[in-house]
Amino acid sequence: MADIAHAHRSEPLSGRVAGAAGVTVTPAPAAGRVALRVNPSEAGQLSSILGLALPLSPKTSVTTETGRMALWLGPDEWLLIDASVDAGPHLTSALCEAGVLVSAVDVSHRNTAILVEGAGAQATLESGCPQNLSLTAFPVGACSRTVLGKIEVVILRTGAEAFRVECWRSFSDYAFTFLADAAGDALA
Amino acid sequence: MLLIHCPYCQEERPELEFRNTGEAHIARPADIANISDEAFEVFFFLRDNPKGLTYERWRHIHGCGRFFNAVRDTVSDKFVTTYKAGLPKVAVVRADDGSVRVSDRVEGAGL
Ligand SMILES: [Zn+2]
Repeated sequence: MADIAHAHRSEPLSGRVAGAAGVTVTPAPAAGRVALRVNPSEAGQLSSILGLALPLSPKTSVTTETGRMALWLGPDEWLLIDASVDAGPHLTSALCEAGVLVSAVDVSHRNTAILVEGAGAQATLESGCPQNLSLTAFPVGACSRTVLGKIEVVILRTGAEAFRVECWRSFSDYAFTFLADAAGDALA
Repeated sequence: MLLIHCPYCQEERPELEFRNTGEAHIARPADIANISDEAFEVFFFLRDNPKGLTYERWRHIHGCGRFFNAVRDTVSDKFVTTYKAGLPKVAVVRADDGSVRVSDRVEGAGL
């Protein structure tokens, strides 16, 4: 009997490490992701399926103890990130049976994420992001789609000195190289 | 860098996140298949391009993704105000010193 060939899914940044004094730049573990569009007036009806209440205020996010995150991207748009790699298909099929008009697309492998942590994390991002990332304007839990250098990213502040940068897989080499380079200047 | 107030994000954001998408408050004809070529030309191709105050659509493309309307002075490049798509035209007045501010009066409706 012939062997069956299995496609092996590899993370685009696997094995990459970078950092400098006061900053580490590391690829985030693989995760499940869903791009969700729904009328905000009906968002509350999805809470039991999602296990969280979708945040309705600009630039805010919700994180559960089970490692699921919902990031406000626009008035009717959220990015769901789940620690489980397999969460995407389960979430999309459950959302499509919610009885509410939704668009739920599994983008688990469209995106990848980079964790930027340490005392120089904010300065590292500021080298390529035009937003005000100070703790008062961009507190822990704040998230936003924005720009990093030449590419579009979603930034989530997971701690006072920790950020998660979500970018498209095909841009991830640029994003990682940019952040690694910027890290060297952050506390210099 | 210019800071532009997004009415959906409810804060000022850097201009790099935005894109200009042309003149605002252009009404699409209800009977577009039956209008004359001249009327179609006016609707589809002809834009005002004024020197001074202009009403424009902008999109927060690298932010919340929404389209909205803005009043901008093309001479100073200053934004007078921004407001959500679908809202009526916001009236503005120019003071004697040249500065522009939102008028208390709301002009027209719909468009
Ligand atoms: Zn916005």
